[in-house]
Amino acid sequence: MYKYDEIDQRIVDERVAQYRDQTRRFLAGELSEDEFRPLRLQNGLYIQRYAPMLRIAVPYGMLSSKQLHKLGDIASKYDKAYGHFSTRQNLQLNWPKLEDTPDILAELATVEMHAIQTSGNCIRNITTDQFAGVAPDEVIDPRAMAEVLRQWSTFHPEFALLPRKFKIAVSGTKVDRAVIQGHDIGLEFYRDTQNKVAIKVWVGGGMGRTPILGLVIREHLEWQHALTYCEAIVRVYNLHGRRDNMYKARIKILVKALGIDEFRNQVDAEWAHLKDTPNTITEAELARVSKHFEDMPYETLPAHDASFDAALSSNTAFAAWVKRCVHPHKTAGYRAITLSLKPHGKAPGDASSEQMHVVADLAEQYSFGELRVSHEQNLILADVKLGDLFALWEKARANGLATPNIGLLTDIICCPGGDFCSLANAKSIPIAQAIQMQFDNLDYLHDIGDIELNISGCMNACGHHHVGHIGILGVDKDSAEFYQVSIGGKQGNDASLGSVIGPSFAAEEMPGVIQKLIDVYIKERTPEERFIDTVRRLGVAPFKAHVYAKEELAA
Amino acid sequence: MSNLIKLTNGTASIVENEWTLIQLPASQAEQRVQAGKVVLFKLTGEQTVTPEQIAATEIPATGKIILPLTVFITKKDVLGSRIDIGSTGIWLDTHETLESLISAVGDINKLPIIAIHVERFADGRIFSLGTLLRTRYGYKNELRAIGDVLRDQLFFLKRSGFTSFEIRADRSAEDALASLNDFSQPYQGAADEPRPVFQRYNRIA
Repeated sequence: MYKYDEIDQRIVDERVAQYRDQTRRFLAGELSEDEFRPLRLQNGLYIQRYAPMLRIAVPYGMLSSKQLHKLGDIASKYDKAYGHFSTRQNLQLNWPKLEDTPDILAELATVEMHAIQTSGNCIRNITTDQFAGVAPDEVIDPRAMAEVLRQWSTFHPEFALLPRKFKIAVSGTKVDRAVIQGHDIGLEFYRDTQNKVAIKVWVGGGMGRTPILGLVIREHLEWQHALTYCEAIVRVYNLHGRRDNMYKARIKILVKALGIDEFRNQVDAEWAHLKDTPNTITEAELARVSKHFEDMPYETLPAHDASFDAALSSNTAFAAWVKRCVHPHKTAGYRAITLSLKPHGKAPGDASSEQMHVVADLAEQYSFGELRVSHEQNLILADVKLGDLFALWEKARANGLATPNIGLLTDIICCPGGDFCSLANAKSIPIAQAIQMQFDNLDYLHDIGDIELNISGCMNACGHHHVGHIGILGVDKDSAEFYQVSIGGKQGNDASLGSVIGPSFAAEEMPGVIQKLIDVYIKERTPEERFIDTVRRLGVAPFKAHVYAKEELAA
Repeated sequence: MSNLIKLTNGTASIVENEWTLIQLPASQAEQRVQAGKVVLFKLTGEQTVTPEQIAATEIPATGKIILPLTVFITKKDVLGSRIDIGSTGIWLDTHETLESLISAVGDINKLPIIAIHVERFADGRIFSLGTLLRTRYGYKNELRAIGDVLRDQLFFLKRSGFTSFEIRADRSAEDALASLNDFSQPYQGAADEPRPVFQRYNRIA
């Protein structure tokens, strides 16, 4: 993974000093709340319901063992000994003290970490596929370009105060795992007809109050121009995006108002001036950064491992875990594995300090000292030998990290919700927990098969409910917490936004509602169909009819 | 005590303000507040300046003045010689377009100073306007940030091509000076230094 040189280190060190002084001035009353807000936000600090929340950047989801150990230590020392991995692949601390945050940042800087631009109206943490660099279907490893983009966007002076937040995702696979169409800019890397690295550029996607899937603004962009082309897009947005209404301030609203063709014309007019200016990426710079993402020193291994095969056939619990949590790898004899942060009945995406230390040790022992955070809020060890899987599983299992539910109903994407977040209309974690307990039967879960259930506590959609096969949105109904259910959303190349099935439900009804949706699917599915396929084939109607059947009878 | 910071050959210091900022009189008409600036309709901005306001703007007979763009456009023929001797500058709001500035003045380097007024510090359009004036339109003279100008934006303003900063009256310009140097080696090229770090520094260790 990327290692800081003196330039990178100086920037985070200078940031700590700058932020320490800003915090000092705020606490001394020299900065008003309004003036401090964008400053602290651009350093990931929210003021939440009970305490500040600090969002620590995990650039494109990559962590080293050393960094995770540090995060575990920080969570113990400054918080309640746990952290929450978010859908932007970041780590959130729920209970730090405002006056401690400069010290936390100083500690992070010692392991090449920071909280720069993890919130606020600026370019946020760049996200990508959690299997980048190891996926067999990968065409281009996008991480070097993600790092180049990270550096370019860090304290970009022209884009320091955009109309609203700005999210970029990169992907280098045919099968999109980075929700490219759900971002303000999505960069899809591919090889063109000349076998050169090119980018298909998507723009104007986003979740939130007004979910919109991105549109293609440029089919073919040479990689050298990635920064200048993004500058053209963000400049048009910075100058012309709405600033009078924060709910209409994302780039998607501008793209929709102008139409993609007019927006493209304006971007191209800007880019005509920006193309080939000094921010054009050089071969040397890409090569320098790419060196940090070269293949691990893999051993030459056979495609099969006898001890693994034996364990697989003799241990059904291990076999269930392998089925859900072990993923193919481009190198023979290696696998990527997902450590589930979704044990039934716990807050999805949470990890204790102890678990962080355990995972850091596992990564050190089995996966070259590196790991990744997925946007589905799990942890990934990307380079594990087949022969190590059983031993790894036993240790993960002993620490509550081996629930074999990846991609299943209980692998719920969930925001912190009303338990923590001051924006939330409703709690989301208890809903996730109740659904997990309703379906706390692994055989049944495996029978239901691949399904994505996403929960957001408000329309800001941190839990990506719009693209969940089942999406749950917390709403406020006469000051009571209710939940709106949608089905048919999907991430990926064939992304779609879910349709709301009808009036919202009280919290205690939710497990039953999900049960009814699943019942319709089990009854109607063809042998090969996943839940989403059945929904797409049949539409919302039969699901809606069954879910609301009782109320109609009573009425 | 002046609250004006000025960069001279890269060195910042607090200097006396030799320019008088000319303000439009308050409008008698109700100000029309546009809903943002959706370019589709080429809305000219949040506040409409009325001809009465322009006519009623008091311009001192002598001295160095910075006029609102709208006033300059209307009165430039009357001002003729004062423009030529370099004693007239222009200020614009963040919602006003550079195209209207350029078409009003022709050669912008005839202007000794351009100021951009930011009503709320969080309005980041000022950074793009500064950047464009320097990189697109080749403006070489003093570029000043006025209005809600606070120290925590100074580094970005400097990098966006601004060379003077009139710190909001209730804040200390002395304190603000330090923030111009918050970062010593920024990553990306910008108006003040077009080369990104990978072009100006050998990073291959």
